[in-house]
Amino acid sequence: MKKFNEIAKKQRAGERLSSAEALYLYEEGDFFTLGKLAAEINQKINGETVYYNINCHINPTNICVNQCRFCAYSKQKGEDGAYEQCVGDILGEVKDAEVLGIREFHIVGGLHPDWPFEYYLELLQSLKNEHPAIVLKAFTAVEIDYFAKISGLDILTVFKRLQAVGLQAMPGGGAEIFAPAIREQICPEKISGARWLEIMEMAHQLAIPTNATMLYGHVESFTDRLDHMEKLRSLQDKTGGFQVFIPLAFHATNTAIRKKGETSAIDDLKTLAIARLYLDNFQHIKAYWVMLGEKIAQLALLFGVNDLDGTVVRERITHAAGAKSAAGLSEAYIRNAIINAGRKPVERDTFYNPVSGGQHG
Amino acid sequence: MVESRVDRQQALDLFENCDLLELGEMAQAFRWRQHPQKKVTFAIDRNINYTNICECQCRFCAFYRRPEDVDAFVIDEAVLHQKIAETVELGGTQILLQGGLHPDLKIDYYIGLLETIKKDFPVIHIHGFSPPEIFHIATLSKLSLGETLQQLKKAGLGSIPGGGAEILDDRVRTLISPNKIGWRRWLEVMETAHGLGLRSTATMMFGSLETPKELVEHLFRVRDVQDRTGGFTAFIPWSFQPTNTALGYEVTQTATGIDYLRVLALSRLVLDNIDNLQASWVTQGTKMAQVALYFGANDFGSTMIEENVVAAAGVHFSSSLEELVDTIKEAGFAASQRDTLYNMIKDY
Repeated sequence: MKKFNEIAKKQRAGERLSSAEALYLYEEGDFFTLGKLAAEINQKINGETVYYNINCHINPTNICVNQCRFCAYSKQKGEDGAYEQCVGDILGEVKDAEVLGIREFHIVGGLHPDWPFEYYLELLQSLKNEHPAIVLKAFTAVEIDYFAKISGLDILTVFKRLQAVGLQAMPGGGAEIFAPAIREQICPEKISGARWLEIMEMAHQLAIPTNATMLYGHVESFTDRLDHMEKLRSLQDKTGGFQVFIPLAFHATNTAIRKKGETSAIDDLKTLAIARLYLDNFQHIKAYWVMLGEKIAQLALLFGVNDLDGTVVRERITHAAGAKSAAGLSEAYIRNAIINAGRKPVERDTFYNPVSGGQHG
Repeated sequence: MVESRVDRQQALDLFENCDLLELGEMAQAFRWRQHPQKKVTFAIDRNINYTNICECQCRFCAFYRRPEDVDAFVIDEAVLHQKIAETVELGGTQILLQGGLHPDLKIDYYIGLLETIKKDFPVIHIHGFSPPEIFHIATLSKLSLGETLQQLKKAGLGSIPGGGAEILDDRVRTLISPNKIGWRRWLEVMETAHGLGLRSTATMMFGSLETPKELVEHLFRVRDVQDRTGGFTAFIPWSFQPTNTALGYEVTQTATGIDYLRVLALSRLVLDNIDNLQASWVTQGTKMAQVALYFGANDFGSTMIEENVVAAAGVHFSSSLEELVDTIKEAGFAASQRDTLYNMIKDY
């Protein structure tokens, strides 16, 4: 407790948390004390505001040349349940986006063995043509690296081409856990953590803001998690390009990693709280309700979280891994959950600007 | 920190104004006082519903049927015995035997039911018949509550589940379960049972149409009886589940996770005379149940090999014994199987 008080004092003075101190919080930190400190620090940074956004997930295919062990979504070509959508299919699915109040397309998919880079350019271009006001937040660093491979272009050129057809921001997926020994076990085919960070740095330099994630609760240790957060914090010091940190709770059902059940809610909430304290250069910490469940995500607002993601329309990836959360939440539900937690709901755009326009139902 | 007993006004104030994490810490301190061990208990059991035909037709219920409905049933004896045999096979010690208020079944039916179970499974504990059922059986059989309970006990009834309490306030009951016994009668059944040596649990279904004051009053009405009898083993609050129910159309904002934890923590603070507070993983999900262990709960209810009533309202959280034990351990507690009366059976 004495050590906790020292840490709390440093935090209140705006001093940085060391990895050793964060590890102490993981191992010894009291659930309530930690939550209250994270909430207090968040209050200083973000006040009472809790953001949500209204977005639509577009997952063009689940066919993927990588076979990550933690993924229940990917299929091989010809396998039962494999699907691919042509640009026309996708345009048809999202044609009512404006009516639904959607302000962002969140686009991620498998690394398709045959599709050319041009498919992705055409996808962005067509979406932008038909929905000019909707922000395109597309492709993880892993997909960007793959586009470079299949097109023979360098990363910079890939980015520039994508920007030319409408790419405005990037999601933070594919980060998993950076530690090479863990990556070797859970996603041996995927790009390294160093490569992921390098691609994100390039995006930031091109003024493409990105998210950052961490997949936890599989085979990694607390030290691996902190190593991951440390690398994010260092890059953020350099670029300032990360908008938000999103810890993703691993879902074991239907995946190749044998581990019992889910992460514990206690671990989920402590991880969010520690992230809030440790990542002092990230303004926003998001509780992704699709993975945590609606109830834990709401509770996370008392543990330092200030973003509840959004009313995610058509989420497929986590639900393929057995997520029990709803397939989409209504705006009214999210607003009520935030108010019920004693906070102020504010709809945001992709770049965390508050948007007015009220409820969309 | 509250030093003396919490009174009604303090309870209402805590419920409405206290920061949730502060309330949780207080509830946790009370929990450590009552249960110093970092241990969470549970029973292995099965819910068996002997009929879904019910005259009561509560507006929050998705389980009941009318006698003429195609899926109305009264349980077949062979099926019942099969279910109990499976329960015993899985290490189960109790069955929760509950059903609708059937218009024709009198006490002989229930005595027969209990006796045949006890004949084949003498050691299984029958936790059965909530107060509305007891009162219904008594009325239909033209017996007093005491006589009814005595006859059921003699036939093998071991204890009484705390269902049908909903909110112990007649304004709310008129709105959500107009045909169900009133709050005084509910407590009278429990007090009579306790007097005959039959212990029971008590429940509360919140998050429908009650006010905070009515919710708080519920806790105090239970506490007052417990002061006299000491017969309640556990308190189990859960929130109204709206899917497939008539009331679901009226209640536009159902209880959130934060609401649940607030009620749970307050229950621990007010019910200082009831030893055990159950986390309801069936209605809240296993993750919320883990958090509940930090907000005053010390018990995980039971494995519920079969559960039909909450499932009818669209909620499907299932849990095997192994998952239940893991869920408890991963939340940072030791896990122990108990029997219905909270005697320890096995550490996991």
